[in-house]
Amino acid sequence: MRNVTTHCRYAEDVNAAFPVEIMAKPGGEALRDCIQCGTCSGACPMAVHMDLTPRRVIALTRAGLERDVLESATPWLCASCYECQVRCPREIKVTDIMYALKRRAIEKGLYPKRFPIPVLAKAFYNMVATNGRNSESRLVIELALRTNPFSLLKMAPVGLKLLKTGRMVLGQDRIKDPKQLKAILDAMEES
Amino acid sequence: MTAYAYYPGCSLSGLGKPYDESLRAVFGHLGLGLEEIPDWNCCGATSYMSVSEDKAVALAARNLALAEQMNAQVVAPCAACYLVLIKAQHMIADYPAIADKVHKGLQAAGLTYKGHATVRHPLDILVNDVGLDAIKTRVTAPLTGYRVAPYYGCQIVRPYGAFDDPLRPQTLDRLMAAAGAEVVDYPLKAHCCGGSLMGTMEDIGVRLNFLLLKEAKSRTANVLATVCPLCQYNLEAYQDKMRRTFHENVDLPVVYFTQLLGLAFGLQPKTLGLQRNFVTAAPLPAMV
Repeated sequence: MRNVTTHCRYAEDVNAAFPVEIMAKPGGEALRDCIQCGTCSGACPMAVHMDLTPRRVIALTRAGLERDVLESATPWLCASCYECQVRCPREIKVTDIMYALKRRAIEKGLYPKRFPIPVLAKAFYNMVATNGRNSESRLVIELALRTNPFSLLKMAPVGLKLLKTGRMVLGQDRIKDPKQLKAILDAMEES
Repeated sequence: MTAYAYYPGCSLSGLGKPYDESLRAVFGHLGLGLEEIPDWNCCGATSYMSVSEDKAVALAARNLALAEQMNAQVVAPCAACYLVLIKAQHMIADYPAIADKVHKGLQAAGLTYKGHATVRHPLDILVNDVGLDAIKTRVTAPLTGYRVAPYYGCQIVRPYGAFDDPLRPQTLDRLMAAAGAEVVDYPLKAHCCGGSLMGTMEDIGVRLNFLLLKEAKSRTANVLATVCPLCQYNLEAYQDKMRRTFHENVDLPVVYFTQLLGLAFGLQPKTLGLQRNFVTAAPLPAMV
């Protein structure tokens, strides 16, 4: 995450194709309609924790400042609650744009380093592609091992309570026919 | 008997087990059948969509294709599953390029999605199909003394608002009132709990959920009703940590709306999985 308030931008920082490509993604169509009213930032429950507010992400995306946007924590902090999207007076699908930015950040390897949220997304993705189902406890343990192993100690009391109340499944849940799912995902890769 | 194609999702065998138990008990009591979709797969939640959009839609579409073979409406109790399944339907209907890829993928597995599956949330079914009048006639143990904060969270009402207002929903309020509870005015009812951020950015998650509980308590609620397994966990499991972090007691029982409805129907707490909820310093009114 760069310090975006002091960093000066030049013509070479601009990728003119960036806004065009985001607008071509499902949900990105209305990007140019933004009037910078800030309703999205006001509605967002995560905005106080973000380095860029949603309004600024939209502005920087339109300006083509791709690195500023993709290296920001903001798309990853979006909890996908769709409050900005529902409230936007210009009907911009802000949440869907955040998703498009997350995917682009992963594709380009530009997401903030050592940040646990993209790590979780990728671990989840791989677990489901292989097994067809997600096992909460295994995912939490994998995430901790990849980012902060000591956090497992902190999680132990809650983990024990879940175990005691029969709400923690330790094994990996999987569908009966993972091959069928794999066939679907492979066929999509080819098309 | 009306039968539904049941899509429990991954959470309902783990964190959300009491949701599964109480939903089955309540639907059974009302003569509504739940038949699990055979070999359903994970909906992909918010994570899959963050990595691959096409494949996220295909994951959901496999479930929809399997449900269509059952010729029944789909019931998805988890808010994330519910939204993902509906969102996938919208994506397939609105974006031919995605639809094309998804259809090819399903074809490779011998499946077809025709587009006529209907995805419902149990709250929608209880209020709009069963109806509040019919619910009231079944209430044998009205929830007297329960002051419920009705918490919808985000994804059952947004962005599509299929059965309730996306910003100021009312269905859960009305259902809880029909069960005999006093429903408190809860302005944060559709404010997000942060979802999976509790697992990745705990400090942020704890703060967000602290604010939700603090507001419910200041509105004199003595129980909070949820409709989503992740909201339930986030609000219930970190109350000790909130007390230590913010030096304020926001202890409040956090239960599924189906558990409360089951109690009002006179069903046994154990049938409703209530022994699986964490015991908070503030117990449920019925347990006092």
